[in-house]
Amino acid sequence: MNVQAQKLAEVSEVAGRNRPTTPIYLDYQATTPTDPRVVDAMLPYFTQKFGNPHSRNHQYGWESEEAVEKAREQIGAIIGADPREVIFTSGATESNNLALKGVMRFHKDKKNHLITCVTEHKCVLDSARHLEMEGVEVTYLPVQPNGLIDLAVLEAAITPKTALVSIMAANNEIGVVQPLAEIGALCRSKGIYFHTDAAQAVGKIPMDVEAMKIDLMSISGHKIYGPKGIGALYVRRKPRVRLEAMIHGGGQERGMRSGTLPTPLCVGLGEACAIAQAEMPEEARRLEVLRDRLHHGITERLPEVYLNGDQTHRLPGNLNLSFAYVEGEGLMMGIKDLAVSSGSACTSASLEPSYVLRALGVHEELAHTSIRFGLGRFTTVDEIDMAIEQVVSAVSRLRELSPLWEMAQEGIDIKSIKWAEH
Amino acid sequence: MSYSDKLLDHYDNPRNVGAMDKNDPSVGTGLVGAPACGDVMKLQIKVGADGLIEDAKFKTFGCGSAIASSSLATEWIKGKSLDEAEQIRNTQIAQHLSLPPVKIHCSVLAEDAIKAAIRDYRVKNKRADAAE
Repeated sequence: MNVQAQKLAEVSEVAGRNRPTTPIYLDYQATTPTDPRVVDAMLPYFTQKFGNPHSRNHQYGWESEEAVEKAREQIGAIIGADPREVIFTSGATESNNLALKGVMRFHKDKKNHLITCVTEHKCVLDSARHLEMEGVEVTYLPVQPNGLIDLAVLEAAITPKTALVSIMAANNEIGVVQPLAEIGALCRSKGIYFHTDAAQAVGKIPMDVEAMKIDLMSISGHKIYGPKGIGALYVRRKPRVRLEAMIHGGGQERGMRSGTLPTPLCVGLGEACAIAQAEMPEEARRLEVLRDRLHHGITERLPEVYLNGDQTHRLPGNLNLSFAYVEGEGLMMGIKDLAVSSGSACTSASLEPSYVLRALGVHEELAHTSIRFGLGRFTTVDEIDMAIEQVVSAVSRLRELSPLWEMAQEGIDIKSIKWAEH
Repeated sequence: MSYSDKLLDHYDNPRNVGAMDKNDPSVGTGLVGAPACGDVMKLQIKVGADGLIEDAKFKTFGCGSAIASSSLATEWIKGKSLDEAEQIRNTQIAQHLSLPPVKIHCSVLAEDAIKAAIRDYRVKNKRADAAE
């Protein structure tokens, strides 16, 4: 990793470092540690330069406003947007809510149709469901087994009443990256707004609102080594995207999102974007090498391990694997020195397996066996090698315990058995 | 999920893992659950001439609670008669392991597995040499 980040990481306790009893963190899609450099940039704005950025009459306000506007520029820069097109929010969930509800509520008298996708994050899907109750028509596009949208299917779903298409840039569970430029071009040609939830993509892969013809984009602070509690929504000015605000008040953020801006958090998001932009190519390469090492390290010692999601169109730091014949939560207990997450039903409060994996057509029993590994800025080669050992050892042990593995070894086709439900 | 020490012990050191020859007439095999549900238990008993369960083995595809429930089940049924083993209730398993509410169904499956193994043995040995 970047030398400066590495030195900081060594002396701090970033991501579990120097705390021998904490697990190795491999859940970077869930959240990321705030980069120490980002924390440094934020600190002055808590106690010293604490002014309200909207206070026009004194130095406290001016210096706070200056910091917020600089952050806005940094955020605009990483996505190729004008700073005036960046609205601060409390996070990507709010941004997604605002994009969907804001646009549809503004336009629904003339254009009442929204198109989104079954693998979107819950905040997009739930916002869409809520809009359905308000009378909006929503189409939920399926995905192919590799997790990618089929552009022909998208085109066929478009009607003269379609106002907005919302497709996430990169999926949080399987890391798959959608063909954004193609979707953008299609939407532009039909006069439809294109929104993308880019929470997992910004700072990891190049995003460009002009090249990709994106009209709205959701950004998350805590996914890119920024602080939690802050995000942004990119709202295109030319041609102008009109939307209805959800939060009313003093008219901040061009009337689209009222509320005093949290200066230190804005500064943090800006700094996180600046660092990500500077380090992205090198970091992406480093993460791909580590991820491939993890993948091959596991698959060369364990048979019947399946990758979920497209092999090539994916985030550098994501690996979602299914380990046949071994259940996910049981496996996670066996690798408790690794902090990862599972698409197994047992790990969610309901007993349903991951809806994203099901949307790919992954069979339920394989969905129960999946583990998501998320690598990031502070992941080291040693951690990857330890992870390989733990995973191989735990899976081997659990396969010895598994009646399904036993049947597979005996050549029995598990799918042919009539199971009694309990 | 925070699990009790007893549960973790069964997970780390499961008792009686293995398989018996299901064609052996003194062996009863119970296979319950479904891969689609994320829980499959195979529990086998070997019944001695005296009608007591002299050995038990299990294999489980499932979460920590499922593994622990079935491991515990094999421990409890050893040395019991078929009738006594049939009396084991899932609530006892759940209580012993302090299963969280969302995992109670794992103990139900373990109880089902015991009964399925006993049923299989009885069907195979329809000669009424034990009181049924």
